Amino acid sequence: MKYGYYPGCSLHSTGQEFDKSFKAVCHKLGVELVELEKWVCCGASAVHNLSQLMAIALPMANLALLPEMELEEVVIPCASCFSRFKIAQHSVKTDKKLKRKVVEAIHRDCNDEAKVIHPLTIFSQKPLISQIPTHVERNLSGLKVACYYGCLLTRPPKITEFDVAEYPMTMDNVLRATGVTTVDWPYKTVCCGASFALSKPDIVVNLSHNVIQEAKLAGADAISVACPLCHANLDTRQDDMAKKYGTHPHLPILYFTQLMGLSFGISPAELYLHKHLTDVEKIFEKVGQPA
Amino acid sequence: MTEAAINLDESSLKLTDLVSAVGGVDVSYCYQCGKCATGCPVAYEMDLVPTQLIHAIQLGVTDLVYKSKTMWLCAGCLTCTTRCPQEIDIAEALSTIKILMAREGGTPQVPDVLKFNRSFVQNLNWFGRIYELGMVGMLKLRTGKFAQDMAMGMKMLKKDKFHLLPRIRGGSAVHQIFKRVKKQEKP
Ligand code: SF4
Ligand code: SF4
Repeated sequence: MKYGYYPGCSLHSTGQEFDKSFKAVCHKLGVELVELEKWVCCGASAVHNLSQLMAIALPMANLALLPEMELEEVVIPCASCFSRFKIAQHSVKTDKKLKRKVVEAIHRDCNDEAKVIHPLTIFSQKPLISQIPTHVERNLSGLKVACYYGCLLTRPPKITEFDVAEYPMTMDNVLRATGVTTVDWPYKTVCCGASFALSKPDIVVNLSHNVIQEAKLAGADAISVACPLCHANLDTRQDDMAKKYGTHPHLPILYFTQLMGLSFGISPAELYLHKHLTDVEKIFEKVGQPA
Repeated sequence: MTEAAINLDESSLKLTDLVSAVGGVDVSYCYQCGKCATGCPVAYEMDLVPTQLIHAIQLGVTDLVYKSKTMWLCAGCLTCTTRCPQEIDIAEALSTIKILMAREGGTPQVPDVLKFNRSFVQNLNWFGRIYELGMVGMLKLRTGKFAQDMAMGMKMLKKDKFHLLPRIRGGSAVHQIFKRVKKQEKP
């Protein structure tokens, strides 16, 4: 299996852990990744609030790189980038006039047939999902995890073509295949404050605190995420939550790829577990120290 | 909010038409069921909940719309858009209002959000990819809030979360796209 890989800005800096652990897991599972060398930023949420055309043109400029590299599919781990690509593709497919404008802006053909896919979809498909248990070297069943999908993987389902919007199971299924126990909880797709990380931190602290409290109520030892924005909000704001609400949550926040990697016996250092602001040591109390 | 009479005439439809022309969203289908407001995670901070803002657009009370905090507080979670029984892309309508205001030089009630968006786009235009430290620095210059989040930022620096120097890749490609988009967007 060979996929074009679009890391996006976060996975090259604040979300390096996601990039490293994703690559390590793919290597184990025999999924080949080819990074789109000349990728540019997809515009995230900011551009979309200043220019609609620019917000559509940037993802399409990236998709235009695929044929040059003889690739048909691109895998995008960052949920926010993934959403921008899916929305852009949907927009040019349904609006001929817009498509002409985009072609004019990027000076390339619109590659609206390219398949844009999330790693969870790859891992949850047959036959890969049934091969996952054969790679497991560490028993993580003592660990209870709340799978947090956030907003943009699932919404709106017609466009992201990922899973249902209110109670998705794709991440749960992938982690269960590795032996992790996942919990039933109602906040799987409730917003963490998303892009307000820098501009309206008070909203982030409030919404992210709700998510963490619900995970704890469901008995989770950790939250598993698939988005660097969700990760930043849930992981880096716990000190602020302690200040605002009196108690420190101390809840480890991991990328689902880090949990997969741990179960495959990959070392914590290779998975960049030490990069998180909230200590992840507590999970080893549940599953034993790594060899 | 105080009560005031709203005079409706043909010009009242102008804002609905503008949102439809610029953002491709027709808010006239809204029948005020309230579902968008019920599911909105940020409704508690808003002066007009999404349902009310959509209604204000329908009635063409541009003043009320532009002076609202609502669109600036929208987190873009797309819950409203996903759940609307009339399939109205409410989040896109809110973005469209922000785009219209940016074009017309309107003053946002939550200025930090527009400052963030502008810093982001400036960085993107220069570097082609987001250089996070540069963007944070620029945001601090624009907002003047230097102390906010310093403790968290220092922790992240210690963990080597940021790259200290921008890597300029694809900068010129993005710059060219920007230029060609601007040309097409000229009214
Ligand atoms: S959910 Fe749709 S129809 Fe209902 S109030 Fe909101 S915009 Fe109107
Ligand atoms: S997209 Fe904005 S308005 Fe809609 S539910 Fe989310 S935060 Fe509220």
